[in-house]
Amino acid sequence: MTAPNEKEPKSAGVVGKSISRSDGVAKVLGTARYVDDLPALPGEIHGATVRSPVPRGRIRSVRFDPSFDWSDVIVVQASDVPVNVVALIADDQPVLAAKQVNHAYEPIVLLACADRRKLTLAKLAVHLDIEPLVPVLDVATALEGSNVVWTAPAGFGEPNTNVVKRYVLTKGEVDVDAELARCAHVLSGAYSTHHQEQLYIEPQGVLSWWDDDGVHLVGSMQCPFYVHKALVKAFALEPHQVDVAQAVTGGGFGGKEEYPSILAIHAALLSRKSGRPVRMIYDRTEDIEATTKRHPCLCEITTGCDADGTLRVLKMRVVMDAGAYVTLTPVVLSRGLLHAAGTYRWPNVFMEAIAVATNTPPNGAFRGFGAPQTIWAIERHMDALAAYLGTDPMVLKRKNVLVEGDTTATGQLLRTSVSSLECLDKGSSASRYVERRAEIEKENRRRAQRGERKRLGIGASIFMHGAGFTGSGERVLQGKAAVDLLPGGRLRIRTASTDIGQGTETVFRQIASDACGVAVEDIDFAVPSTKVVPNSGPTVASRTVMVVGSVVEACAREIGDRVKTEQVEQGGTFAEAADRLLVKEGSVTALHQYEPPPFVHWDDEAYKGDAYPCFAWMCDVAEVEVDLDTFETDVKKLYLIGDVGKAIHPTMCKGQLEGGSLQAMGWALFEEVVWKDGLIQNPRMTNYIIPTALDAPVFDTTLVECPFPYGPGGGAKGIGELPMDGGAPAIAAAVEHATGIAVHHLPLTPERLFEASLGRLSPTSTFHPAA
Amino acid sequence: MLIRFRLNGETREIDVAPMRRLLDVLRLDLRLTGTKEGCGEGECGSCTVLLDGDAVNACMVVIGQCDGREITSVEGLGSEKHLAPIQRAFVTDGGAQCGICTPGVLVAAESLLRRNAAPSDEQIREALAGNLCRCTGYERIVESVRVAAVERATLARSKTSNGSPASQRGTKSGAPQ
Ligand code: FES
Ligand code: FES
Repeated sequence: MTAPNEKEPKSAGVVGKSISRSDGVAKVLGTARYVDDLPALPGEIHGATVRSPVPRGRIRSVRFDPSFDWSDVIVVQASDVPVNVVALIADDQPVLAAKQVNHAYEPIVLLACADRRKLTLAKLAVHLDIEPLVPVLDVATALEGSNVVWTAPAGFGEPNTNVVKRYVLTKGEVDVDAELARCAHVLSGAYSTHHQEQLYIEPQGVLSWWDDDGVHLVGSMQCPFYVHKALVKAFALEPHQVDVAQAVTGGGFGGKEEYPSILAIHAALLSRKSGRPVRMIYDRTEDIEATTKRHPCLCEITTGCDADGTLRVLKMRVVMDAGAYVTLTPVVLSRGLLHAAGTYRWPNVFMEAIAVATNTPPNGAFRGFGAPQTIWAIERHMDALAAYLGTDPMVLKRKNVLVEGDTTATGQLLRTSVSSLECLDKGSSASRYVERRAEIEKENRRRAQRGERKRLGIGASIFMHGAGFTGSGERVLQGKAAVDLLPGGRLRIRTASTDIGQGTETVFRQIASDACGVAVEDIDFAVPSTKVVPNSGPTVASRTVMVVGSVVEACAREIGDRVKTEQVEQGGTFAEAADRLLVKEGSVTALHQYEPPPFVHWDDEAYKGDAYPCFAWMCDVAEVEVDLDTFETDVKKLYLIGDVGKAIHPTMCKGQLEGGSLQAMGWALFEEVVWKDGLIQNPRMTNYIIPTALDAPVFDTTLVECPFPYGPGGGAKGIGELPMDGGAPAIAAAVEHATGIAVHHLPLTPERLFEASLGRLSPTSTFHPAA
Repeated sequence: MLIRFRLNGETREIDVAPMRRLLDVLRLDLRLTGTKEGCGEGECGSCTVLLDGDAVNACMVVIGQCDGREITSVEGLGSEKHLAPIQRAFVTDGGAQCGICTPGVLVAAESLLRRNAAPSDEQIREALAGNLCRCTGYERIVESVRVAAVERATLARSKTSNGSPASQRGTKSGAPQ
């Protein structure tokens, strides 16, 4: 507490210190209440979902087994939904399928019952009669277009095709093919990536009830206002009739960005029909089957460079699999495209990005949001180019890396906070890249001579991630935050930014504390509830600290100034002045709205301009050991050099970089959604494998601070997604160094590495020096 | 069936079907919701509790097996006023992010530190290999366990040097230290 005898509030000076996380004690005691931990409400019952067993078909009928006792089971079907739409971007996804199903696991019937066992039996007593239709299950078939499986809502996609979204991005020479012909070296390659499941350890879940005010919903989520919007639409309610609050959330990684909306509507439908509170908690299998995943992606690249390796032309096509509905695909595709040129200087660019619909569950937000897919491609391509030119990849990358004053593929002038070169150099020195490469090669020769079957390798990636919404997004969104003055000189922060583990609560307190001088313990963080907090925009896009944090900072500064003015005029302590102000004014609140830096200009039509206010930069260096008999890859060490602008909380920054990098490693090596006829073959933790503590490498993490002048706390940038982007290509480069096998298609499972070693999955690069 | 066991140092007697999962009895009947369910099939470790001092997955143990035995859940490690060293370390050193894996990790780590007061990093990783964490990358978890080991050793030394009984800051579970 602020000591009453202090003349001035103690300048907390907590930014940059790794203070104890404010939600930590409840989490280690086991008293933090996640949605499944909330005490049952009176009369509460459980909800469940009956889903399509086929990827595409016409619903002929839904029969309810007459021998089953349905008396205490609530049944909801499409006809019960007031407006059968999950509001998001294109509004093409129904809450419940009515006549047709477009992907396996699409929800058709909802059930609720007080008795969980009976509920399970009730699901089995619902018989779906679905006439199967020929599905489209892969991107190539979808693009080819003879079987159109998606109906474009007005204003979306390309009519009578499966194309959900298309962008074109150009820079420099109009005729890139002519420019390619003028290059000394031209190299082409294709690079693909696969689905990835977020696999937050807490499955999706919500609790809903209705009263005279309208509908209430508490759940595991990233974006309460997305859920709010979806409930307003589906039930045709007024905004004030919908109240959505976040429960403590056990991880999201994008998986709880848009998906909770449909689950929330389901629970609210059951609750409305039954007149009782309804809780729906997915089990792991349902969660893996039904929820969104990372978009699979295929990138085809042709580049041209000078004889000395100076890059001249990038020609690229990015194709993503949207799944059966649009969800957030246009934005994911956009971010993928905007990162596809990597951290390199390209005078001439032609890029096309296309998303197509297929009859697979809709893909959606996942940490990195399209960028990991395209950065995988460009980094692997740069490695291939280095091999072709006979130079070390790090040398080639360093030669072409973007620096301050350069322009990106969208023509964005990199004005400030550009640390790509610094990260690359620090990565090289921290890992002793050059020396280790030589040592490893010597060691591998020794091992080969002795007939040993394990090989070492070292590889690197250099990458960036744009912080905040793409282009004009932040200007359109107008994210708001508020800070209230409370009695005794305390503060309360109100934002819609959720803490899903990344530490929002703690970091916002630190920012506010330094902005107004109130001690961090004297600052509360309001539960993100749509009735209480202003709409700060969603908790996505690495925007929480940089964008919303800067608004919180402005609010706290305003409150601090007002109290200090009162103090100067009338004397007393900060707390006394605060109390006087509260008596005088009734309530003291600062509400601010995000204002992007004045130089940010973006042209949505031409796809040119400042794609992001700034970028965070990072270099990964991986050391691996590969067993040549089993083709298992062991990542021994991962050096992470990440530019966070300003580390508000260094330990949490490292936690973000390491956690994101391990997800990237999982994606690179083990994680694979196995499909058969549109159905997932491994929807369990026993067969969808994520890294354990033993699989995880030792991390050597360095925080670089290259401040962004408009960031809070002295220049913080968004870094939540950044680490997801570069882990896979660094590991693949190390595997290539160890084995000589250049893999261009993820994941690098032992089976695929083995196939690649036989040349069956040989890199598809074809190079042809220009005439 | 009447089942008697010691839970977090207290004797409990409940009348439940013997085939029910220990996890459900803890969470639903006894309202101890610190133990989490992440998979329900013994894979994620978020339901880890100690059964006679050994870390087990409460989703794979039926309550009938617990008769006459000693169970420690996260609620038995410490209290708000007196966090156990392992709990404090996870708050200060970044071992907990979203926190859903944390109770299970803490219990598994506690079990390790009771057996091995000064584990190597490799031993820590081995002991926690059954506890999946999707947030941290494990580095801060290993670090937190290391910090807790040092803290426990310091406490143990001060206990022996001043001859005082078990420190208030230590674990207050009834299980042997
Ligand atoms: S819930 Fe018991 S191991 Fe996952
Ligand atoms: S802290 Fe989130 S799963 Fe471990």
